[in-house]
Parts: sequence; C-alpha cells; structure tokens
Amino acid sequence: MPEMTTYQLNVNGERRQVAVDSSTPLLWVLREELKMTGTKYGCGIGACGACTVHLGGIATRSCLVPVSLAGERPIVTIEGIGHDRIGRIVQDAWVDQDVVQCGYCQSGQIMSVVALLKSTRKPTDANIEESLGGNLCRCGTYVRIREAVKRAAGKLA
Amino acid sequence: MKARILIGTLGFVALSSMASDARRADGLTAWEQVYSVLISPRCINCHTAANHPQQGDDRRRHFANVTRGPEGKGVAGLHCAGCHQAVNADSTGVPGNRNWHLAPLSMKWQDLQGRPLSSAAVCRAVTDRSKNHDLDGAALLKHHAEDALVLWAWNPGRRPDGTPRTVPSLTHTEFVDATRRWVEAGTPCPK
Repeated sequence: MPEMTTYQLNVNGERRQVAVDSSTPLLWVLREELKMTGTKYGCGIGACGACTVHLGGIATRSCLVPVSLAGERPIVTIEGIGHDRIGRIVQDAWVDQDVVQCGYCQSGQIMSVVALLKSTRKPTDANIEESLGGNLCRCGTYVRIREAVKRAAGKLA
Repeated sequence: MKARILIGTLGFVALSSMASDARRADGLTAWEQVYSVLISPRCINCHTAANHPQQGDDRRRHFANVTRGPEGKGVAGLHCAGCHQAVNADSTGVPGNRNWHLAPLSMKWQDLQGRPLSSAAVCRAVTDRSKNHDLDGAALLKHHAEDALVLWAWNPGRRPDGTPRTVPSLTHTEFVDATRRWVEAGTPCPK
C-alpha cells in the first residue's frame, strides 16, 4: 500500500488539497482526484502534449511531473484558461475557426498556444511550428490550428 | 670565468625548458582525462551543434521535436522546464536540474553529424574566453567543481524503465583533480 502524502495545490486560482502517493503524476491528480478531466492522457511519456497544463506559467507535460514537485507554483488547466484574457481569445479563435475534429488533443494544443502568445504576440509560422511541435493531432487539424493561432494573435495586436 | 657563467646560464635555460615541457605534458595528460568526461553522453548531449539536444547513451535526437530556442531553454510551448523539473523525477524517468538548458552553440562539442569534436578542438573552445563566458582557468575549475548542472552528471537519476543512467568514466573528485592539474599547467591544449 503506497504511503499517502497531503499536498496543497493552487489550481486555477483555488486552493485544492489532495492526499496521494508522492510519485503520482500531476495529470492523474487533476483527472482522478480533482475530477478535472479536460486535461487528457495521451501517451504518458511527454511525447504528444495532450496533458499540457501551465505550471508556474510554463506549458508543462503534466504526465511527467510528480505531484511532489509541483510545490506552490500556480497550476492552470484548460478548465481555467478561459479566465485569462489571452486564453479567452485563443478559445474564441478556436471556435471561430472551427478547429476541432475529434478534440482529444485540443486542450493541450490550446494550453501550448496560450504559452506561445504570452511570450510572442506576433508569432511567425516557424514560431508556431516550434512551440506546437510537441503537440500531436491525429486528426490532422494542423492547418486550422495555425489559422486559429494567427487569428488570436491578430486580436492581441 | 665568462665561459663558466655562459655554461651555467645555458644549463639553467635547458633545465627550465625541460621543466616547462614536463609541466605541459602533465597538463595535457590531465586534459585528456577532462575531455573523456566532457564527451560522455551526460555532458555532450546538451553541447550539440544543431538546433536540438540529444538524449540517451546512444545520443539520439531528443524526442517530441524539442528545439533549442533563443536562450537554449526551448521555446514557449515546448520549454525545457515544461518537463525537466528542479530535480530528477525518478518515478517518471525525467532528469532534472534547476538550470536545465542547452549549452550555447559557441560551446558545441560535436559536429553537425553528432561526432564529438577532437580533443584539441574542444580544448580550444573551452579555453577561449570569447566563447566560454569569459572564464579563466580558476573559473573553469570552479565551474567543474561546483556548477549544479555539472554535478548533475554524477547524479543523473533513473531512466523511464527504472534503470540508473550511466555516469562519466571518472568520479567527480577525479574530474576536478584532473581539471586542477590541467589548470595548474596553464590549460595547455593539444595541437
């Protein structure tokens, strides 16, 4: 029986307490303990980007980060990103551009795009390719994703 | 009398030259030990000549399309710290350090095909203060002895399959001792 440790997490601006094994990946704490299922499990090895959240403002693969290493850093998930101005603009662009097909990867895509636009207001195609290079979409919505990123960037100008 | 002084002077010069040659030879021997560590996967994987780091003992390209970024720390959506935390995460197999980053291209220790540069080329790069953040010999020794990311090479954590990562061929103590002998010899480089 694994030993449970209690952690105080800052998730989407709220204090959340969980008691889990210290090695539990943040992804599973979000999904199983906090029932925030917007963050997806894709590969479990950081290769697909479906589990991307913001940890301390950095787009982070939550499947790779043990909850014990999250510390006091704020965690923002797809459930909370709409409260951020840039996050709202990106989500609106996603709807306007009708990006989604199956949708499984899209929460991770959006979290990475928001991180990109927070650092680069007018991203080039190369910026988009590099920043989203770790987010895979098996439906092949990459063209629509790129257009939505540009649409969102246009609204930030 | 003059002849004796001349012979004495020539003898002194010859002995000094021999001592200098011996010191340089010792320094070069020490450098080769230092070099053997620098080209270990734990070090050279982040001293690439390309736009991406490497990983593993086979030094394959880092997965997930990770790129160098403007400061060697990745790009916004794909930042090194987005996976690599402040410490090793042995439960997920991701190595970590607070300052995880790629070395600048000025400090590349391999060519574009991934072949380690020669001992002489790496030595020239490491000792070139226009490329090495202006580190003199004493600062290089301190870097090897104390830098947290250098020290990580001897505490690299576990792979995702739970097996320990390999470490350089010398212990850290041996590495620092070799660096000290190389620095004390004047940081000589092979020709």
